[in-house]
Formats: sequence, C-alpha cells, structure tokens
Amino acid sequence: MADFQKAPRDVAIVSVTQDPHSRAVVERNEVELIQPIIQRALEQIGVQKGEIDFTCSGSSDYLAGQAFSFVMTLDAVGAWPPIAESHVEMDGAWALYEAWVKIQSGHADTALVYSYGKSSPGDLPLVLSRQLDPYYYQPLWPDAIAMAGLQARQMLDAGLITERRMAEIAYESREAARNNPNAQLQGSPSVDELLAADFVSDPLRRHDCAPISDGGVAVVLAAGDRARNWVDRPAWITGLDHRIDSHNFGARSLTSAPSAKLAAEKAGVGNDKIDVAELHAPFTHQHQLLVEALGLGDNVSINPSGGALAANPMMAAGLLRLGEVANRIMAGEVDRGVATATSGHLLQQNLVAVLEGA
Amino acid sequence: MGNRVAVIGIGQTKHAAVRGDVSLAGLLREAVYRALADAQLTMDDIDAIVIGKAPDFFEGIMMPEGFLAEAIGAVGKPLLRVHTAGSVGGSTAIVAASHVQAGVGERVLTIAWEQQSCSEAMWALSFPIPFQQQLVAGAGGYFAPFIREYMRRSNAPDDIGILVALKDRLNALKNPYAHLHEPDITYDTVKDSFMLWEPIRYSETCPSSDGAIAMVLAGEAAAEASAAATGTPPAWILGTSMRSEPATANGRDQVSPDAGKDCAADVFRQAGITNPRAEIDVVEMYVPFSWYEPMWLENLGFCEEGEGWKLTEQGVTQLDGDLPVNCSGGVLSTNPIGASGMLRFGEAAMQVRGTAGEHQIDGAKTALGQAYGGAAQFFATWVVSSEKP
Repeated sequence: MADFQKAPRDVAIVSVTQDPHSRAVVERNEVELIQPIIQRALEQIGVQKGEIDFTCSGSSDYLAGQAFSFVMTLDAVGAWPPIAESHVEMDGAWALYEAWVKIQSGHADTALVYSYGKSSPGDLPLVLSRQLDPYYYQPLWPDAIAMAGLQARQMLDAGLITERRMAEIAYESREAARNNPNAQLQGSPSVDELLAADFVSDPLRRHDCAPISDGGVAVVLAAGDRARNWVDRPAWITGLDHRIDSHNFGARSLTSAPSAKLAAEKAGVGNDKIDVAELHAPFTHQHQLLVEALGLGDNVSINPSGGALAANPMMAAGLLRLGEVANRIMAGEVDRGVATATSGHLLQQNLVAVLEGA
Repeated sequence: MGNRVAVIGIGQTKHAAVRGDVSLAGLLREAVYRALADAQLTMDDIDAIVIGKAPDFFEGIMMPEGFLAEAIGAVGKPLLRVHTAGSVGGSTAIVAASHVQAGVGERVLTIAWEQQSCSEAMWALSFPIPFQQQLVAGAGGYFAPFIREYMRRSNAPDDIGILVALKDRLNALKNPYAHLHEPDITYDTVKDSFMLWEPIRYSETCPSSDGAIAMVLAGEAAAEASAAATGTPPAWILGTSMRSEPATANGRDQVSPDAGKDCAADVFRQAGITNPRAEIDVVEMYVPFSWYEPMWLENLGFCEEGEGWKLTEQGVTQLDGDLPVNCSGGVLSTNPIGASGMLRFGEAAMQVRGTAGEHQIDGAKTALGQAYGGAAQFFATWVVSSEKP
C-alpha cells in the first residue's frame, strides 16, 4: 500500500461555527437548523458564497426518517447559481476529508463543509440498531447502548478499565463542558454519586453514554495563501487519515481500536508533541480506547470541550472535534492538536486529524 | 489537474429484478472480483475504497458499508461513502478519481450498487409531507411535466421517446449484463405499452434492478504497469465535474438545468474539447425515461436547443450513428439506482478501452459519461480517452 507521506498542498481550517446543542430542536427543521450556522461560518471571516469552490456535507437519512433528506438541506447553502457540491452519508469529518482530497487534487482552493443531525424525532439507540449486519445482527434488535455494553464488559473483565474510571471520565468531560457554551450537558454530580446510579445496560450507567443531541457544525477550508489571507492563524491540517475495522464483532477484539491506531500512525500523531486532543467517544470506555490508540500522554489536554459526552449531534460530533481543536489553534491557545471522528458501532471506523498553527 | 488517473479495471454484476442467488455482500463481491480480475490485481493492491449508493432505506440498512467492509476488502483501509441522489454512481467515481489525483492513493477501488428488490423505490421517491408537497407519483410523475414542456418547446413529434426506448432495449440485447433482454420488442410494442405518466409509457421507463459495478482507478505508473500486464489499454480520465442546484429556485429551468450545462462546459474545458459533437465518439448518459435522451443531448451541448430530438429521429444516436448514445442499453435497460451513474461512467471507459464486447463502437477514442439525480439538480460527468493526456 502506498504510504501518504506529505500532502502536495497546505490546507487549513479557517472558520468553525456551531449553535448550542440541545436534546431536541423542535421548532426548526434541518434546513432551518443548519442555515444560520453556515451563514456565520462565511460571515465571520468575511467570505462570500461565490468564493467557495467546493461544498461537501454529511448527514444520514435514517435520522431524518426520509430518503434523500440531504437534497432538501441543500437549500441551506443557496446553491444558485449552481455550485460544485457533494455529500457523504457519514459524519461531517468524512465530508471534510472529501473536500480536503478535492483541494489536494487541484480541483478547488476553498471548501465549505457542514453536517447536522436531528436525533430527537426517533428512538436513537434503536435507530442505530439498523446500522448493523441485516442478516445476523439486525433481527435481534440490539440497541446501540447494549452493543456498547458488550464492549465495556469485555474491557472490565479484562481489567483494562474500572467502573470508577469510567465514571471519572464522565465527570471530567462534563465538568470541562462548563466552559463550553455550546455543550448540552454542563457539570456533573460527583463520581460517587454517579456510581450509585442504576445501570441502563449493564455495565453502562446513564453517565457512561453520550446525550442524545440535535445540532450541526460548519467549517471552511482554504489552501495556502487563501487561508493566510482570510485568518491570522489558520489551523493547518498536517495529517489526515481514516480507517475501518471489521463489522464482524465476534471476529475482532473489542478491547482495542485498531483502525484509530492505524489512522493515528498514518496521520503522524506521534511525530511531535500534542497539546490538545478532542476525541469522538460516545461512551466513557471508548474514550480510554482512543487515548490508548493515539498514544496520548498525561500532559495532553483531552476533550476540553467536554467531547461527545457533553453533546453528541449525530453526523456532526466528529467534525465538531476537528472544529474544537481548530478553534484553539486559531485563537493561539495551542500549537498542535489531534482530533478524531468515529462512525458505526464500537469504534468500527475512525478518522484522525492533526492540526497545527503557524 | 493533479496526478494523471486512469481506469484500469471494470467489473459489473449480471443485473436483474431480483438477485436472490447472492447475499448483498455477494452481489458486491461479484462486481469487485471482476474489476480486480480485469486489472489483474487483488484486494491487497488497493489503497482506498470509495463506495456509493442511493438512499439507505432502499435496503433497510443504515450506512451499510460498515457491515460490507470486510466483504469488499476495506478492513484496515480508508472507506468513504458518497451519496448524491441519482448521480451518486458518477459522483462516487469522481471522488475516487480525485483520491488518485491528490496522491492519497495509487490504486483506488470504487463501487456503486443498489439492491432495489428489497423495497419499492417508487414510494421512496415520493416524499411525504412535511418534506415537500405530496405527489405520490414516483420519479416518473415528477419528470413527466418537464418532458411535456420539452415537447411543447421543441415541437418534437410524439414518438421520439418510443424511438429512444426501442434503440436502448435493442442495444441491451448486445450487453450480457443488462437487466432487460426483450428480443421481441418492436416500435409497436413500445407504442402499445400502457401509459404510466403521460407522455411516459411503461416501455419508456427504467426498470428496478439489483446490481453493482466496481472500477479500479490508478495513477500513471500503476496504469502503465497494468496495461503492460493485461494488454488492455487504460481509460485515461481527461476531465471530471460535479454541479448541484436547488430543487426549487426562482428562474430555474427544470427542462434544461443550468447545473447540467455548467457541468458539461466544465468537463469539456478540462478535456480540451471545443466541439463535443465532433470530438466525442460515444456517450453514456443517464436516461431513465426515454425523452431524456434528446433533452440531455441539448443540455450537454451536442446540438442547439430544440434540435436534440432530430439527432434521435435521424438515427445519429444509434449504434451505427455518428454519435452513439447508450450502447449498453442504458438506464432504460438496467437501473440499480445507486449504480446507474457509475455504469454510465464505466461503460464509457469500456468503450475507449475496447472491452465493450458486442456493443463496442469500433475505434472509440473519446467517450462521455453523464449522470443526474434529484429533481434534475445533481449532475456528474467525466470524459475518458484511450490516449494519455
């Protein structure tokens, strides 16, 4: 296999916008939810729609409950006159990947990336059971929390994590989210109080699970001088890779995330010091799996936004991680960070991005 | 732009109303193995995979590529899933091509598929309230008024659609993979088939198919090596383009959408083509309802507006015409929706590689593949050539 060493073009995140995430956005449809976010992503760096060469979005019909749902959402972009545009049925982090490839290929210098998800209309854990193998898993209707519980149980039984450590991760994430005005869950009861709660799906308690969220995110990418002209300190994408593991959960170890480890290697996470990490872990035990896969040390600030445990808008939560790191770099708070996005059950598919200032 | 990229392997399934002899994973593997065999490669040689299909509801699996990852050799590799409505097969191939152009992969596998026997596409294509005004009419009901408007504007004779349907179904008899093989079809059987959505008759409508297509795209060095090993020339990609516009916009022309015109102009500019009628040898375009052949001939710039039907009537688009269109039988003969766009792109590549078998156009050097989707609002095109750019 060809190793991706150095991308031919310097590409950066130059703008990130989101609205506060909530359990249910009932008064706005998807178009109305994402349109103001897209608008602000352009306005805050003074960019006109016509300056965007390529647009790519990420969403899922299964959340909208409607085939071709993204077609309607295109109205939020104002694709008139016509634009060069694409869509992935994935988290927006992969829409960003497609846009980054488009820029690397020379077909575009700038790109708008957005993604959104409203999980509130359905029963999300059951909806996600439809993401499983249709022959062997789907007929059993295992919901997403039960699936994650199998993985947590394996980790507990193998001595790789404790229920207390899981509660600490939940506590730390939601306490950190006090400083994130967009987080859905801000603050947490004490670890002891968390551990006193009943199981949702043994061994997972409510605090081990990400909240169900409605929300979206928009990101602007630009190459080279376009990026430098638009913002003082672009968040340069110096490593970007994604990998997938087998869906056959009985055939692979659930106590590691090999796709995240491989993507991190390919993206060059370990090539230099990491200041901040935003990990897309919808469950507490998966947070630890990602820390291990990326080889993050004690001196790394992990999920200062609160991560997916504080707000988890499906299809947007991964791209949000890249956006949170990019914002800290653009603000000059950190020099080098890593962000991950995940897709599927049990961390099956993972994307890793390394972002750097200057 | 970017690195050179070529198609070095193409494989498709036998398409049918129901492929009950294979699982979903088996259906995709049939196409993947044929594409790899065509390129004399194995899954180990593939750097990344780009997969596309139309709505997940068609099969009842949310983001099914996760479950398919192992079957298509994606474990440990990048796997990207594209969905751009009916144009998705074309868009998916273009995203795969940009991976090679960007240098993030030297050999990229791209797959597009649909298993329409799992559901009734007609209803999936009839959006309920509150998403939009309810037609309960499927795609044919949506497009029929625009076809009627094309007939009014162009003063085309009523039977142009019949000529297109007859041609495409006869072409399909020369394509062993085509879904519909109707050896007894005649002008009169098409004319006498019942009216579904006036002016679209049953025999002027695409079928609903199970099927998949896969292609291996490669950079210059890998393409040269493949050509030397297989003796089959690569199809060099001279240009790719995607354009989108909203379903509704003030001033939007749904008969000949601006997005389609922009997409054609962009791909021809990249390919250095100034006179497509003279420089393109063969066309595979997305014609799910017969009348879209003359409509897209105009939209793509092969003739002036209002003249497209004359090309069809004069036989220009027949296998032995000077601008053969849909030699494979097209969407009118085979329609696994998510794959239909990539089938156009793949068939165009087969023509310039000289591997189209009985429906091969002798000496085809330059070919256009086109796909569209949504409310005639998403467009994808590529131009391929037997000659390296």
